[in-house]
Formats: sequence, C-alpha cells, structure tokens
Amino acid sequence: MNIHEYQAKALFEKYGVPVPKGAAARSQAEFATALAQLPEGPTMVKSQIHAGGRGKGTFTNGFKGGVKFCQDKAAALAMAGNMLGQTLVTAQTGPAGRRVQTVYFTVASDIKKEYYLAILLDRASSRPVIVASTEGGVEIEKVAHETPEKITKVRVDPAYGLADFQVRDLIAALGLTGAEAKNAAKLIRNLYTCFWETDAAMVEVNPLITTPAGEVLALDAKVSFDDNALFRHPEITALRDLNEEDPKEIEASKYSLSYIALDGNIACLVNGAGLAMSTMDIIKHFGGTPANFLDVGGGASKDQVVAAFKIILGDPNVKGILVNIFGGIMDCNVIAQGIVEAVREVGLKLPLVVRLEGNNVEAGKATLAASGLTLVSGDTMADAAQKIVRLVA
Amino acid sequence: MAILITPSTKILIQGITGEFGARHTRLSLDYGTQVVAGVTPGKGGQHFEHQGHRVPIFNSVAEAARATGATVSAIFVPPPFAGDAILEAVDADLDLAVAITEGIPIRDMIRVKRAMQGRRTRLVGPNCPGLVTPGTGPGSKGGCRIGIAPGYIHRPGHVGVVSRSGTLTYEAVFQLTSKGIGQSTCVGIGGDPVNGTSHLDVIKLFNADPETHGIIMIGEIGGSAEVEAARWVREHCRKPVAGFIAGATAPAGRRMGHAGAVIGGHEDTAAAKIAIFRECGIEVAATPSDMADALLRSAAARGIKLS
Repeated sequence: MNIHEYQAKALFEKYGVPVPKGAAARSQAEFATALAQLPEGPTMVKSQIHAGGRGKGTFTNGFKGGVKFCQDKAAALAMAGNMLGQTLVTAQTGPAGRRVQTVYFTVASDIKKEYYLAILLDRASSRPVIVASTEGGVEIEKVAHETPEKITKVRVDPAYGLADFQVRDLIAALGLTGAEAKNAAKLIRNLYTCFWETDAAMVEVNPLITTPAGEVLALDAKVSFDDNALFRHPEITALRDLNEEDPKEIEASKYSLSYIALDGNIACLVNGAGLAMSTMDIIKHFGGTPANFLDVGGGASKDQVVAAFKIILGDPNVKGILVNIFGGIMDCNVIAQGIVEAVREVGLKLPLVVRLEGNNVEAGKATLAASGLTLVSGDTMADAAQKIVRLVA
Repeated sequence: MAILITPSTKILIQGITGEFGARHTRLSLDYGTQVVAGVTPGKGGQHFEHQGHRVPIFNSVAEAARATGATVSAIFVPPPFAGDAILEAVDADLDLAVAITEGIPIRDMIRVKRAMQGRRTRLVGPNCPGLVTPGTGPGSKGGCRIGIAPGYIHRPGHVGVVSRSGTLTYEAVFQLTSKGIGQSTCVGIGGDPVNGTSHLDVIKLFNADPETHGIIMIGEIGGSAEVEAARWVREHCRKPVAGFIAGATAPAGRRMGHAGAVIGGHEDTAAAKIAIFRECGIEVAATPSDMADALLRSAAARGIKLS
C-alpha cells in the first residue's frame, strides 16, 4: 500500500525524522488555513498523487509542473489553484494521469547539497538494506547504472538491528562531518526504526538535504507498506486513499480477486498468480494484447466468477475473453457451472474461449457444451490463446 | 529415490483442525501419505478422523515429533501466527518445514529466516503448494503429498520440477504425465520475496539425485533467484534443464498476485532472465504450453530418453 508524501512526512515526524514544515489542503477553502501554519517566505506547492515525476509532469489543462517554488505565501496560494482538482500526467501515471485531490505546502528549504537515502528489502540476503548516495534529487536507477561506486549499501542484521558502525559507514560514504554528521546519524537511526516498526516495504528520501545551518532534512518522502502486515497497523490502513486506485481493482479486492488493469483488449480470467501471468504472456506470444491480470484464486466460487466477469466487462477496451482454469483440486464442473451462470447473468456478447483442465474435466466440458452458449473450447493454453487472438482480430 | 521426501516419510500437520489444513490432510491421507500427527495448541489428546484414519493431535510440534517420529511438518497456520509455527518446527529439529500459508508479513519472515541460521531444519515456502513425490499406485497414490497440489496428475518417474508458482507447476506436471513422463519430486518453493529453499537449493538436490534425469525450472519476474540457479546450472549441472519465466507482459512496479512477483529494475524482468537462461544452456519454453516439450528437446539433444 502506498501513501501520499504529506502522510509519509507526518509519519517521519512521529519517528523523529526531520522534514521541512508543511501543511496539506484538500479544498480551495483550506489553502489559507494551511498556509497560516507556515512562516512567511519562500514556499513550495506540491501536488499529492501516488506517482513519481511530479515536478516534470504536465496537467491535462496544459499547465506545466506538479511541484512549484513560490517566492511568498501569496504566490503559493494562487499557484495551488492551478493544481487542485486538475489531472496531472507524469512519466509514472500513464497517459490518463491522476487527479490532484490534495495540495501540500511546505517551507522552501535552503539547500546546501542533495543526497539519496532509502531502506527496502534486499531479497538476496533476506535483510533490510539501507541505500545511500551522494547523488540526490536524480533518478537512483540512473546513478546505479552509470556511477555505481556512488551508491553505498548496508544490510541490517535483524537479530541485532542497525549497528552504530553501520551508521558511521553510511555517514562516511556521504562525506558528512561535524553537526551534519551528528544530525544525519540520528535521522538514519530514526528512519530505520520507522521502516521496521511500521512494516514498511520501502521508505525513500530523495532528496535528503543539508542546509547552510547544518540541518539534515527529508525534502521528499515516499513510503509503501507490506500489504500482508496491514492487519497489525490500523492507523496506517486508515491512510489508504481509494482515489489513487483503479475502481475495478477495488471492486475485485472485495471478492478476494487479484485484478490489475492493463491496456490490451483480451481479458483473462485464470486461477493462480503464475498461471494468470503466463496466460497474459501467451496471449502476447500469439499476437494479442492482454487487457488485465486476474487471479480468481484456488477455490473460485460461482459468485467470484460472476464478479470477475462483471469486472472485466467493465473495461470498455475488452473485445474478447479467455478463461484458463487448471482445476487441480476444485471440481471443473463447478467452475463450468459458474461460467455458464455468469455468462447468462451478465448477458455476454463478446467472444469467449474457455480452457478447462483437471479434476472432473469431462463433466465440466459437458456442462459447457450443453449450455447452448456460444463459447469456444480450447484444449491447451496454446490452443485457447490462438483461438481468442483470432476471434478478436 | 526422490529428493527431500519419499513415500515412507512421516509428516505432521500444524493447523490440522483449521478448515484449510483439515481439507488437505484428508486429501493427503487419501493419497496414501504417512500423516502421523497433527498439532493444534489446546487440542492435544484429540484425534483427526478420516475414513478409518485416526491421526493423534498434540499441543506442540516437539511433543508430536517425539511421540510419532514425524520428521517433516506441513504448516497451514493463519498468517499472523505462521512465523511462530515455522520456528516451532525448527526448534523441534525437524528435517523439513513446509509453509503453505499465504500472506505472512515480510518482517516476520526476515526474522524467521535469521533465527533459522545454523539450525538443521530446511524450510520450503511460505506461500507455496508444497511437495509431491509420486507413488506407484493408481493416480500415483502411495506417494508423499505435502501441501495442496492435486496428487492424481502426477506419475512416478525421473523428472524433477521446481517452481515459484503452484498452478504453473501443475501445468508442467500435467504436460509431463500426459506424455507418459513421470516425476521424481515436484517442489513448489513459493511466491514470496523472503522464502526458505531457493531454486538453486532444489536444483543442487536434483543434480545429486541419481533417479532424477531431467529438470524443469519455472520462475517469474522479480528477484534474482532464477539467475543464480541458471549460472550454477551452466557450471555444474549435467542433466537437461528446461526453463520458463512468467511475467513477460507484466508492467514494472506492479505486484502480480504473488508478493514477490514485482519488477524492481531492468535485471529482474522476464526478458532478462530468459536471456540468462539461454546463455546458461537452459532450454527455454516459449510458452507455458511448451514446458514438457522444451525438456524433451533438451534431453534429446543430449541423447537422454526421459521416462
């Protein structure tokens, strides 16, 4: 689960990670009250959406820049009006963009130098890794590719936690001394505690900055959480912003379906994540384009199949459907009955190819054949994929 | 011969009285697997009954293992308590703990994995379908089924299958069995980013097993475990290996069902992994329908006849 920058910074403050003073506003009426909490002077106005590249983004009304520097609060107040309610398109949002529903005002900090700091899971060692770089405010992937020597990684032993010598190594790698070193050490320790205690999947500060006064601040904040651990963090679950999620994905999650919208025209309905992913792949392999990832899970019920059909048909781009079920334990006939009822209930008009295999498959195929529905049967994944690609072409 | 488990392996089920655990315990008993004990704290002294089987239930893993000689545990405990259940199996010095549970917090698994260092127990999973060593009865009955895989699709033989995905494992096994080719052992290592046994661990075991003559390795986007295994195959594996990577069409940064199936950078995409498979002499299945055929091609090129 992702949260907004303003929410992440509130969390940082709770854990003693210094951030520039800021205040969020959700309506025009709130602009003045939010700005009143900040001192007079240079102010940043930041669009709050769950996507990176905001500064270089463009609004669909033509206005450029989702993050702006303003000389004073009056200018910030006017600027915020250009962003709130508008749709921002960035390199990460896709062409549809995201509607800005919250604007965040912060004090514009005096920047001495920018750095990069992040904590995430290192899969190879199964430990948290702290990643730091002297190259801040730029894409870290680019730094990793072009100048990997400028990136330092410290893996934390979960049995001991973050050790002081590791913090010293990070500070040395960043080249910090004196008051800056002391402040950065405290920030790194607190950020690690924040990461660990909240079951974060990743915390990223880009840039981390030093100021002429010797302060070290998190100028930006990107935090995501391990969905599996949300059950023990109700205060974090409450930060979920449904406006940032695809309505079809929200609907799917109500039925324990795992759905991700894509931009193709062949919808698929599959049991199992690996099979669902490779069903998308095989559609592409035979020249089609998948409209979605959809895993109905191991014990798909009739209700789930009906819900799944409704969700995939909610996508106007869909021109055909491929159902691929390997019924290992579950009875293929139950699945077949679910498909028949679902198709009748939603009044399906589009081409439908069904590949059914596994437990009691003969009865399942008989049910489909006897239904009178105009569906096409596929014998293998390859056969089924080729058939739906042909029907949609 | 097989790896990790044989038809005579004695297993216990942690979470045997839960709906999920009970259902698959019944299926394993039907398959002929030696389920000798169950563990549910607070229900010690009761029995799990199914068609003439009467499996004793214990309060703790250590007690169950002592009383019955079970050496392997299948864990069906719900996510908030699953990390603790794995550690209990480790503390009882079992040979193998197989965590079926999906949805264990990553932080719990980080701690569990650290706590397992230096201990004798091997972990398979979590978020996995488990393992099957097929038996010689009808529908491969009489084998050892640990977890949630459909037993009847298997056939005893000489191909080892290792995969992060349950349904793709079944797909591969079904293709093999349909062609009259059996399996030595099938291992689902699970779809989580922090897991126990890796692709490489399983491939080393298959390579050392005289009864395994060929290997299918199924992977997906995210992480570098398949790459690590492929490089080892190039240097050390003398058996034909076929591979498939799911997720060629997955968008970067999105979690595709499995917690671990997310593209983090340009090196954990399907295309990157497939390229490395090819470099390492692994026969790549062009589509998931091609997995068994890919292994047959690789075996034929080495003059090996699989059965």
